[in-house]
Amino acid sequence: MLVYIIRRILYAIPVILVVNLVTFMLYFNLNSTDDMARMQLGNKHVTTEAIVDWKKEHGYDKPIFYNGNVSGLNALTDTLFFQKSLKMLVFDFGMSDANRNIGNDLKLRMGPSLAIAIPSFILGVIINVLVALCMVLFRETWIERTAVITCVILMSISTLFYIIFGQFVVAKWWHWVPLSGYSPGWSQFKFVILPIMIAIISSLGANARWYRAIFLEEANKEYVQLAKAKGLSNMQVLLHHVLPNGALPILTGVVVLIPSLFLGSLLLESFFGIPGLGSYTIDAILQQDFAIVRVMVYLGTILYIIGLILTDLAYSYVDPRIRLE
Amino acid sequence: MRIQGWLVISIFLLLLGCHHEPRNNPYRTRDATANIYYGAYSSAPKTLDPAKAYTTDEAQFVSLVYEPPLQYQYLTRPWTLEPLLASQMPQVIYRDATGKIVADPQLASSSEYIVHIKPGIYYQPHPAFVRTPEGLHLYWPLTAAAAKSYTTANDFKQSASREVTADDFVYEIKRLASPAVQSPIYGLMSTHIQGLATLRADLERARAQNPNALVDLRPYSFAGASVIDKYTYRIQLNDPYPQFMYWLAMPFFAPYPWEADQFYHNPGFEDHNITVDWVPIGTGPYQFTQNNPNQSLQLIKNKNFHGEPLPLGLQPQVGKTIPYIDRIEFYLEKESIPRWNKFLQGYYDQSGIASDTFDEAITYTAQKQPRINPKLAAKHISLQVSTTPSIFYLGFNQLDPVVGGSSPAARQLRQALSIAVDMDEYIHLFLNGRGQVAQGPLPPGIFGARTGEAGMDPIMYQWQQGRMKRRPLSDAKKLLSAAGYPDGMDAKTKRPLVLTLSIMSTSTIDEGTLYAWFRQQFAKLNIELNIESTTYSRFQDKLKNGSTQLFFAGWTADYPDPENFLFLLYGPNSKVQYNGENATNYHNPQFDSLYEQMTRLPNGAARQAIIDKMIAEVQQDAPWIWGFYPVSFQLSQQWVHNSYANPLINNQLKYIAISPQTRYQARLRWNQVAVWPIVCLVLSFMLFIGLGIMTYRRLNKRKPLVLPQEDK
Repeated sequence: MLVYIIRRILYAIPVILVVNLVTFMLYFNLNSTDDMARMQLGNKHVTTEAIVDWKKEHGYDKPIFYNGNVSGLNALTDTLFFQKSLKMLVFDFGMSDANRNIGNDLKLRMGPSLAIAIPSFILGVIINVLVALCMVLFRETWIERTAVITCVILMSISTLFYIIFGQFVVAKWWHWVPLSGYSPGWSQFKFVILPIMIAIISSLGANARWYRAIFLEEANKEYVQLAKAKGLSNMQVLLHHVLPNGALPILTGVVVLIPSLFLGSLLLESFFGIPGLGSYTIDAILQQDFAIVRVMVYLGTILYIIGLILTDLAYSYVDPRIRLE
Repeated sequence: MRIQGWLVISIFLLLLGCHHEPRNNPYRTRDATANIYYGAYSSAPKTLDPAKAYTTDEAQFVSLVYEPPLQYQYLTRPWTLEPLLASQMPQVIYRDATGKIVADPQLASSSEYIVHIKPGIYYQPHPAFVRTPEGLHLYWPLTAAAAKSYTTANDFKQSASREVTADDFVYEIKRLASPAVQSPIYGLMSTHIQGLATLRADLERARAQNPNALVDLRPYSFAGASVIDKYTYRIQLNDPYPQFMYWLAMPFFAPYPWEADQFYHNPGFEDHNITVDWVPIGTGPYQFTQNNPNQSLQLIKNKNFHGEPLPLGLQPQVGKTIPYIDRIEFYLEKESIPRWNKFLQGYYDQSGIASDTFDEAITYTAQKQPRINPKLAAKHISLQVSTTPSIFYLGFNQLDPVVGGSSPAARQLRQALSIAVDMDEYIHLFLNGRGQVAQGPLPPGIFGARTGEAGMDPIMYQWQQGRMKRRPLSDAKKLLSAAGYPDGMDAKTKRPLVLTLSIMSTSTIDEGTLYAWFRQQFAKLNIELNIESTTYSRFQDKLKNGSTQLFFAGWTADYPDPENFLFLLYGPNSKVQYNGENATNYHNPQFDSLYEQMTRLPNGAARQAIIDKMIAEVQQDAPWIWGFYPVSFQLSQQWVHNSYANPLINNQLKYIAISPQTRYQARLRWNQVAVWPIVCLVLSFMLFIGLGIMTYRRLNKRKPLVLPQEDK
């Protein structure tokens, strides 16, 4: 297994390099370094000299991929791509274009993001599985029909609606929790409870229906009929046979998401004033802060690759027939 | 359920509903009756360095910490300067080309500002000033190992202060030229302050020798700013620039201690954002205690604040001196809906009004006067309205062969479009009436702006029965025909006239509706309008290259002088040729000559006469469709006192007082927890479980887990 993991990590290196290259190409195809300077310097009294100085100060005064002014290997190394990528690959993220330390900001913002993402993820999976099992257990009864219709309704509604509806009903009319905000420590509970509930409910419809389909497929297999014939109750069959065997495909979709939890939720964080990583990326894009954009893309790539590796490991753990070679 | 179970639920509900604090209070419970001002900001500041901060997002924070020599009087209109850190208004000396002192700025070729500052002004407590018994600074220079133990600005156990001297003002002026600082006003100031460009070159050379070392600015002397004595300094300008006085009311010219640069240069401080960008060091009424721009900015009273008399007309607080508020807490609220609702719940003390909540807050009377809606009036919320010193306009690029230039045809085309584009309708549709149709480049409140018939643009409007009335479309069509485009057709080519409007993409209003409205306005004259919606940077690029035909832009005053608006039409300030702020590249020798006279004149009849001529000139030439002056609406809770709308002042929080007890009582009344939904939810859940159990029992007797399929 160790060899497999090492091989996967080695495979990841060219992927990361290519993603970084593509990020540079796409970003600078749409924005020039002059655009970035103007965005940071504002719109009043900005002279050409000020733009040149800003670019020099922030290291954007070099060509992007090839420096024709120097010879030899320097033509490739004395470029924006090489200079900006090299440090990032060893996790030295440097300063944002707005002069804040990116590494420090990531540390500050990761906590609030995880405060929503982890409970939403864990509770979400548990509730989705429970609802799906209930639907299988109560197959072809009014409970299943009601649950399926509810799931279809839930999955048809936009997340934005849940957020605004939740804020209006729970926070504005009922006054149960603050409308928005965040504070670290135990007091964060009152701020994160509503976003967590919304995250769970907004994903419940689609996920519960998906898990239901998986469990139903499993429940139709012969070994389940055999277990039933042996006299096990529906509940025993469901919990001891259908659930463990149905967990494998669920793992595929779930484990891969774990690393990306660090990246936070864009909409929820923005509407609930949670200072997490979700809004960090979109703010950076809007501000044309390339230093942050490339770091977030880089982290996203790494976390996704880690997610895929974790999924493979989880497969082999849950199903002993699978061997990683 | 047993009786104990019901008892537990009842107690829980009782506790939830009868809790003495509102459950939705986003702040610390112990601060419920504290003397704290709560505010919101929608966009995080990029810097709090006084030499760099220039946007309104930044000004509201920077102005609470840094104090320049002058400030605007809070209640006086027209806006009037008064000393802040200066002990008196600066003495201005004009010199002619031979260096001889002259009284008339018209005869001058350079000027000198002598600024006397108040003695006994101290900086806020800050670790940069702490010294050991041996006289060395305790917190700088630190080794990399020692610096590692400081990860936030609050990790420093000791702080100290020192008196502000004239050196600190001069040091800050040198910072404007520093390549390490990158001040946005360096370009402008280098054209006025003597030797600033040379100083920049010197500093660049010094930096190039050792890029990682801090360049100490103290040894660098330059003619533009020099110390006369401990409390007096001199600024020398290349030109007679009377408007420079207004710049002395901006934080760019606030004192800055040299020790701060040394302190922030400690190894690793930048990695923890312990920099002057985020940990300011000033003399103002407040100092930062928490600075996380992504979440919250919090300030407390600066215990070294020098004090200031309360302006006449404000409500004094018995036994207290300003600032009245002990602590200020700003929270980042990117979305307008939660921000607005928290204001209605009493968790923010003041609020603007977003477009989507405008109808909930304001109605207009028959006389078109804004009035607070009854729901808000019941909460005793008050409204302050002010016209901001800003203008938004549609500019005609004068370099464009169709709409630009001084030919009669181009002028008539611009005049026709000025009549056709109905900005009254724009204000009504897109601004909820929060605007005033512009008649020229000068907003109300700026010297030279006239009201009534005298201020009316006779090209766009006519005076009828004591009121301004937009000229009929037939007038526009006549002008269009005279311009060579009868009924929107080019008489020479027999093709329809097609114009292009460049506009900066914005998410504040429905862009599709806005663009449709613009097309509709041009269609009144059978002119087809293409709209090129671009990003901010691309838009700036197009203005710089002169590749626009028409564009939609705006300007907010740096200071309340007509020069700061009229220079937007001054030829030698054109964007394409001189990289200035005249984005239309308008060039009219008559206007330029009058402008040069006007800039040097003091406010008075002579200056007014020149401004009248200048405005008549541009009304005739119509280089802009004048657009509108935005009107700002601000709401204040009943417990906020001394709040007056003043769009040029950013430090008014030092005058504002609040009544925390009134706020506390209001929050309790407005935020009572609704218990009935919990009862309903619990009952529904129990009912569902009960039905589920019954169904399961029945099912277990009758049905297998899954119905056998037919083939099995």
